Amino acid sequence: MACSITIRDVRKTYGQFVALDSVSLDIAPGEFLTLLGPSGSGKTTLLMILAGLIRPEAGSITVDGDEILRKPPHLRNIGMVFQNYALFPHMSVGENVGYPLKLRKVGAAERYERAREALKLVQLDHLMDRRINQLSGGQRQRVALARAIVFEPQILLMDEPLSALDKKLREQMQIELKHLHDRLGMTTVYVTHDQREALTMSDRVAVMNHGHILQVAPPRQIYERPSDRFVADFVGESNFLPVEMRDGAAIFGGTALQLAEGQAAGSGNKALLVRPEKLDILSAAPAPEHNPIDGTVEELVYQGETMLIYVTLPGGETIALRRGTRQQALSEMPQVGEPIRLGLHRDDTVLIDEAAHA
Amino acid sequence: MSVGPLPIAPYRRLWLYGVVAGVLFFLVAPIFIVIPISFSDSEFLEFPPRGFSFRWYAAYFNDPQWMAATRVSLIAASLTVLFATPLGTAAAYAIHRAQSRWVRSLHVLMLLPQMVPLILIGIGLFYVYIQLGLVNSMLGIVLAHTLLATPFVVVTVLAGLQSFDMTQEKVARSLGASWPVAFFTVTLPQIRLSVVSGGFFAFITSLDEVVIGLFVAGGDNTVLTRRMFLSLRDQIEPTIAAISSLLIVITLAALIAVALFARKAD
Amino acid sequence: MHDMTACQRGHTLNRQELAADERREKRQILGLSLPAAAIILILLVIPVGWLFALSFVSNGEIGLANYARMVEYSAYLSIFSTTILVSLFVTLLCIVLGYPVAYLLGQLPPRLATIGLAFVIVPFWTSILVRTYAWLVILQRQGIVNDALIGIGLIDEPLRLAHNLTGTIIGMTHVMLPFLVLPLYATVRNIDGDLMRAANNMGASPARAFRDVFLPLSMPGLIAGSLLVFILCLGFYVTPQILGGGRVIMVSMKIQQNVQTYFDWGAGSALGVVLLLIVFAIFYLVHRLAGLDRIFAR
Ligand SMILES: Nc1ncnc2c1ncn2[C@@H]1O[C@H](COP(=O)(O)OP(=O)(O)OP(=O)(O)O)[C@@H](O)[C@H]1O
Ligand SMILES: [Mg+2]
Repeated sequence: MACSITIRDVRKTYGQFVALDSVSLDIAPGEFLTLLGPSGSGKTTLLMILAGLIRPEAGSITVDGDEILRKPPHLRNIGMVFQNYALFPHMSVGENVGYPLKLRKVGAAERYERAREALKLVQLDHLMDRRINQLSGGQRQRVALARAIVFEPQILLMDEPLSALDKKLREQMQIELKHLHDRLGMTTVYVTHDQREALTMSDRVAVMNHGHILQVAPPRQIYERPSDRFVADFVGESNFLPVEMRDGAAIFGGTALQLAEGQAAGSGNKALLVRPEKLDILSAAPAPEHNPIDGTVEELVYQGETMLIYVTLPGGETIALRRGTRQQALSEMPQVGEPIRLGLHRDDTVLIDEAAHA
Repeated sequence: MSVGPLPIAPYRRLWLYGVVAGVLFFLVAPIFIVIPISFSDSEFLEFPPRGFSFRWYAAYFNDPQWMAATRVSLIAASLTVLFATPLGTAAAYAIHRAQSRWVRSLHVLMLLPQMVPLILIGIGLFYVYIQLGLVNSMLGIVLAHTLLATPFVVVTVLAGLQSFDMTQEKVARSLGASWPVAFFTVTLPQIRLSVVSGGFFAFITSLDEVVIGLFVAGGDNTVLTRRMFLSLRDQIEPTIAAISSLLIVITLAALIAVALFARKAD
Repeated sequence: MHDMTACQRGHTLNRQELAADERREKRQILGLSLPAAAIILILLVIPVGWLFALSFVSNGEIGLANYARMVEYSAYLSIFSTTILVSLFVTLLCIVLGYPVAYLLGQLPPRLATIGLAFVIVPFWTSILVRTYAWLVILQRQGIVNDALIGIGLIDEPLRLAHNLTGTIIGMTHVMLPFLVLPLYATVRNIDGDLMRAANNMGASPARAFRDVFLPLSMPGLIAGSLLVFILCLGFYVTPQILGGGRVIMVSMKIQQNVQTYFDWGAGSALGVVLLLIVFAIFYLVHRLAGLDRIFAR
């Protein structure tokens, strides 16, 4: 029942401004795909084009092989949850959820039943007669979701549905949405600019910037093997160290780095991506798989569950690493001004082309 | 940061309060002098009137000519509402939705009936109506009044649309509504108060119109204001005060209705 | 090479079809505004255009005779100067009376301001005829004003207040005042009180803060309101006709007389065309000086 989506060379401009530049993307049946990108990168635009609410200049979108780009939105059978929910204030909760069914000429009794079923999925079936303005933010979000799935669309689009909720509720809803997706199995395109949310929920993440899709991959690969500097920088915390490629070896600070498998190719200048939590503090006798990096502790920042340690390298770069804050670790923490030797495990090295996207 | 009214120390600006109170009095006093005079029992327009009577109202209601004119005016105003409200609402919706320059110049077109002197519209219509045989016809009157009333509907409905969240219409379309259906089930129910207000304004505009009526609304279809105008040139009898009072009451009722709608819409 | 073709394909896929859809949707939206636009075009633009053509016809001949007459006869000149002077004077009076109202209402708390505003809106929507009649009653020889003045012994003989210039100006000012106050109030209401407070805190006297901060910020509303009042005055007919008692002849009255009494369409139209040109010239002038779109920006 779920269907595949193929997006080909979709282009949208506003006057001179290019909002989407020949975007192509394949989405598998039943997949949970997240569009992740900074504000203004074109996520909403792409979602609206999928829903048929924005018309691109060119391109093609097929669902299970059928072109839908010229279909009006009401014939696409795609459910959508908007950024601000956009519930109808002149209808009760039940009427809101029943609205898509009413449009499909479902009789009143069945409409009521199915609206209640959908609200049950989001645990709100006890609020069917409430007015919209009597709901909390989280409840509104759930009603919007119920309204978007009640007519059993094969595709569900969600535009930052959780961005208006507080952190706790957001994390709870992330799990709930994920479970709902597992249960209903509809192809889902989810938009967020919160990288943690993207990594938590998705089968695959598509990272967008300036109207381009830069990388599409499962969360782990996005985080562990970003394809370019923007992705590496936008997803998670990152240090970049300049390295020079010479005869297949990566030279940093005068010595050749030991690299993970498949990382050695290429030449010219590259950047070594170092995630703060992947750095070790080396004892006197380092393990052989570790690349040693020497530096001086510059600043310590206590952040609750972790401590952030800023280290200045001889080349002048500053890199950050994270340590847990168990009492034992805290007591062994280096002091500001002390020399420190960091270790980066061979398998954690990621080289990235310096030629970054503008 | 406190955005909002400046606290004015009353004692320091007493003169300002005085001036403003005077001007506001100047604005409303005439209206409320007419009402007592309409209940006078004398033929002289004294204020305050010496005796109380309904004789001028009786004179008005018993005069077949006044009654005929009233009937014509009320029919014309009702028909104007029926014409101007949908036309103005559709135009406002188009102006609101379209971003193109074309439609924005339409907005300017909507302002024309306010910019062009009424007397000019009056004789222009008079001339065209002579060719078309529309002089002194109900259709001619209603068309002319629709011309004047539509801009008021456009402005009122546009204001309503501006406080309406258009993404709701998009949601409705994604949920399976074609855009006419989305408009009638989602947008219209939420802007209906501004549409009804626009209708009230159209009604008052038609009821109060004088200048164009002087040219195109005579004969069997003489409107109330034309008859009033013509009799004002000869004598200023208190019957006019009675009619004026009734017009004031109708206007007040319409305005209060609009104000109540506006409060309900918040 | 490969990139090139991909790029070209990307720019052309479904391109024409989508553009056609876009145009169709635009047409649909435009279509919605058509009935209203048609009403205005057919009932306003065409008739006025017709008058424009008629203004060049005099006694069955095409020419500028109607316009020449306006220059030759001093009567016409005095009608135009009366119209413009009366309009200017009324506009000025409206500014003097209306500015304090908008200024104060703009600063009162919303509830009080609404009540004050009702005093402006109710007359605004009350029939012009009703209001003119009221002034006739108030200003006549045995009217309230004369009675009161005689009552307190200020005068012995009743003053001539109606059926002359005085009555016309009082009546017109009353009718026009809301047209000035309403746009001005809308502008003033949006002036941030913090700006004035800031000016005061920086040591400006209230009068100085008013002159340097408030007045410039209220300008768009003041210009819009005055413009509206002046333009409406130029073409005003009802009030001067009734309260002027034949002693004040405005252009609109002459137009009416030409058409309805003398059936001289050419002469009436020519006057109307000149009146309209004056109106448009003023709009243009204000637009050049202050920018109409800025003034009427929502
Ligand atoms: N109607 C419009 N006219 C002009 N530019 C627009 C319009 N709509 C969107 N844009 C521009 O297109 C770009 C992409 O917008 P879009 O709404 O898709 O961004 P987004 O990725 O959803 O951002 P956010 O995270 O802030 O929601 C933005 O730079 C925006 O300014
Ligand atoms: Mg967005």
